[in-house]
Amino acid sequence: MNMTINAQKAGSRLLLSGNEAIARAVWESSVRVCSGYPGTPATEILECLAFYPDLYSEWSVNEKVALEVAFGATMTGARAFCAMKHVGLNVASDPLMTITLTGVIGGLVIAVADDVGMSSSQNEQDSRYWGRFAHLPVIEPYDSQSAYNCIKSAFELSERFETPVLLRLTTRVCHVKSLVTIGLRQEKDNPGFKLNSSRWVMVPNNARRRVPLQFERDRKLKEFSENSDLNSVEIGKDKSIGFITSGPAYLHLKEIAPDASILRLGLSHPLPIEKIKDFSKHVERLVIVEETEPLIEAELRAEGLSVLGKDFLPRFGELTPDILKKSINQILEKNAAEPKISSVTGTDVFPRPPTLCAACPHLGIYQALSAMRNKVIIMGDIGCYTLGAGHPWNALDSCISMGASMGMALGIDKARGKSDTKKAILAVIGDSTFLHMGIQGLLNIVYNQGNITILILDNRTTGMTGGQNHPGTGRNAHGEEAPRVDFAQLTAALGVKKDRIKVVDSYNLPFLFQIIRDEIRISEPSVIITNRPCTLIEQFERLLPHQVLEDKCTGCGNCIDIGCPAITVREHAQEEIDGEMFDLTFAAIDSNACTGCKMCVSICGSEAITPIVEMARNPL
Amino acid sequence: MNETSFPSLNILVVGIGGQGVMTAAEVLAQVAIDHGYDAKKSEIAGMAQRGGVVTSHVRIGRLVHSPVISPGTADALLAFEIAEAVRWRDQVRADGKIVVNTQQLIPPVVSGGLFSYPENPLAILMSCKAEVYPIDAEAISHELQNRKLINTIMLGAISDHLPFPASAIEEKIVERFQIRKPQLADLNRKAFAAGRHHANTMAKR
Repeated sequence: MNMTINAQKAGSRLLLSGNEAIARAVWESSVRVCSGYPGTPATEILECLAFYPDLYSEWSVNEKVALEVAFGATMTGARAFCAMKHVGLNVASDPLMTITLTGVIGGLVIAVADDVGMSSSQNEQDSRYWGRFAHLPVIEPYDSQSAYNCIKSAFELSERFETPVLLRLTTRVCHVKSLVTIGLRQEKDNPGFKLNSSRWVMVPNNARRRVPLQFERDRKLKEFSENSDLNSVEIGKDKSIGFITSGPAYLHLKEIAPDASILRLGLSHPLPIEKIKDFSKHVERLVIVEETEPLIEAELRAEGLSVLGKDFLPRFGELTPDILKKSINQILEKNAAEPKISSVTGTDVFPRPPTLCAACPHLGIYQALSAMRNKVIIMGDIGCYTLGAGHPWNALDSCISMGASMGMALGIDKARGKSDTKKAILAVIGDSTFLHMGIQGLLNIVYNQGNITILILDNRTTGMTGGQNHPGTGRNAHGEEAPRVDFAQLTAALGVKKDRIKVVDSYNLPFLFQIIRDEIRISEPSVIITNRPCTLIEQFERLLPHQVLEDKCTGCGNCIDIGCPAITVREHAQEEIDGEMFDLTFAAIDSNACTGCKMCVSICGSEAITPIVEMARNPL
Repeated sequence: MNETSFPSLNILVVGIGGQGVMTAAEVLAQVAIDHGYDAKKSEIAGMAQRGGVVTSHVRIGRLVHSPVISPGTADALLAFEIAEAVRWRDQVRADGKIVVNTQQLIPPVVSGGLFSYPENPLAILMSCKAEVYPIDAEAISHELQNRKLINTIMLGAISDHLPFPASAIEEKIVERFQIRKPQLADLNRKAFAAGRHHANTMAKR
């Protein structure tokens, strides 16, 4: 991430990601308040904004709060901006559905990043639906320059129509770097908050009066959309198909059909129906190219237009050039020439799934849970620790949404079926996720007297998204000191009994195992909080790497079961004891990866793991 | 300006989280821009910083539309690990180039016995129609006593196969270090030169 973009001069051409370009444009637009919660692929927008002067930016505890903070700022007449991933807007949808009624005074742009292709998300939802649902305009950029431009248009639109604006991004906008010409910052006043209870107090009587205004705004926005240069028509040499598209699919289309006729929707909701009808007169047929759901397609069909779309194109994933080419050839009943590729033989390569880091404090938890696998049901949550569902632990039984582990654990507890009666039910959640949406779930467990053991894995960062601060880290979005939540006190305040709250060192495996085993036997809510920092943050201390003494290793495989990527298999063997064959696994440690956490030392029965005292100094 | 003065080039950079794939791709895109090209660089990492596969598409030309390199159209594959080169080799066109670090990085699913590592990955690559340039970047980084040099070595290895001078890549790398870690600038020059030398002295085997 380029942290010096704010220092670059107006007129410079820079190689920026969509996220970096958005941050710069937000600053240039004189936005006063910026908020968000980390989520791939939107995270870097707020990370970049934290480096800009002249504006306030924060990591909010969740997207709902982020949107409320941003909306509050606009009530003073200031411009505000918030950024989140697609599932974040689900969380923020409660205020969203009402602030569309009140509208805004200062401009409000909500950037929502869809993970098209699901590179790092639990679902693939099309956020453009929110525009239809919440009666809000939807702007869709396709690359970094376009994202930069769209921010400026979005704020103008927001203030002109007094409406929040959705900036719909996808991974290919957020995480592609391309050239952007940056500009000057425009200064803007904010006049201050003015009392207006009929507008801001949305009791039924006031809300009812706002509904017709919302429909009137819809009508005006539609008119605007018809004439807006955000929606541009290119009549090319080839008129056999008129493509209607939005977002980065536009670029994929240009790649395979440079001479095609294209109507690109930068303002994709409300649709410019008359413009589209006019465009249709210049071409033989209309094909809709949209990621991911057939929204434009359905609306145009409802208008009586004959269009092709998802009958030929996939309904999920990216519409990359190769996919588009195949579908368009199908429409034109043409056969495509396959590219001449280099390889001649097929070989499947092993998968290389993401895994927990060497010395990751979550490793200890999963080693323990994996060892009691048959006796526990483990509701999981969203973060690095979701990887506990994978090899070699297989010790996580669910992952649905932020904070869901709490509610789901209680549901299983209250519904216990035949096979569940003797099992312990656990919920596993990280620090950032717990503060985002887990607190209420835990309160609910306590209040409704669930028999659940809750593991709060406090690694003092938002790990999976690259290490952002939150109220449990003691630092704010700028890295400055901030009040730090005390998880033990917080859970006690929610009603968990004090002697049922254990703060433990997740590197001490025998002790950790014993604590979990003891707590799951007690039929009331208990909370186990781990306190080792993430290995990727500055609080983590690297110590001398360790080695396995080959003559002492008995091949028990205990250390290998931790799943630490620094511990590898040196040799497999079999041994006969009293006529029975046992598998032995002898271990080795990669000294370059080992950080000396001693987790493996704590469960090595034969004292075969020792620090490497004499080691070559590494310049880094 | 015409297509000949700005030939288009698709470079697929692949490796494993933490190897510096993204940085290498960024250097390539930056140098292209400095030479008047348009460039796009995609960085879809997903959860890859946790030891997973990382790929970055670098597309350069007079005007680049899609940031995505279509299957079978990569002009060059720059692979930081040999099994990853095998995984992505189908992306390379028949007359393309594969510059590969022959280092093997064994993931837990392989060392744990769930899957096996390709028996002779270099032989698989050699059977490809593309020109293959195998480099032992690990050995070079070992000689220079710094494991983090892999991406500089690999950039050196590909530097004579690009439409701009190798020195431009080298200077861009050094420039980046001079901003953040000036003490490592000279070491990176050495790593770059070593990567370049090894690639040039090894004909397609």
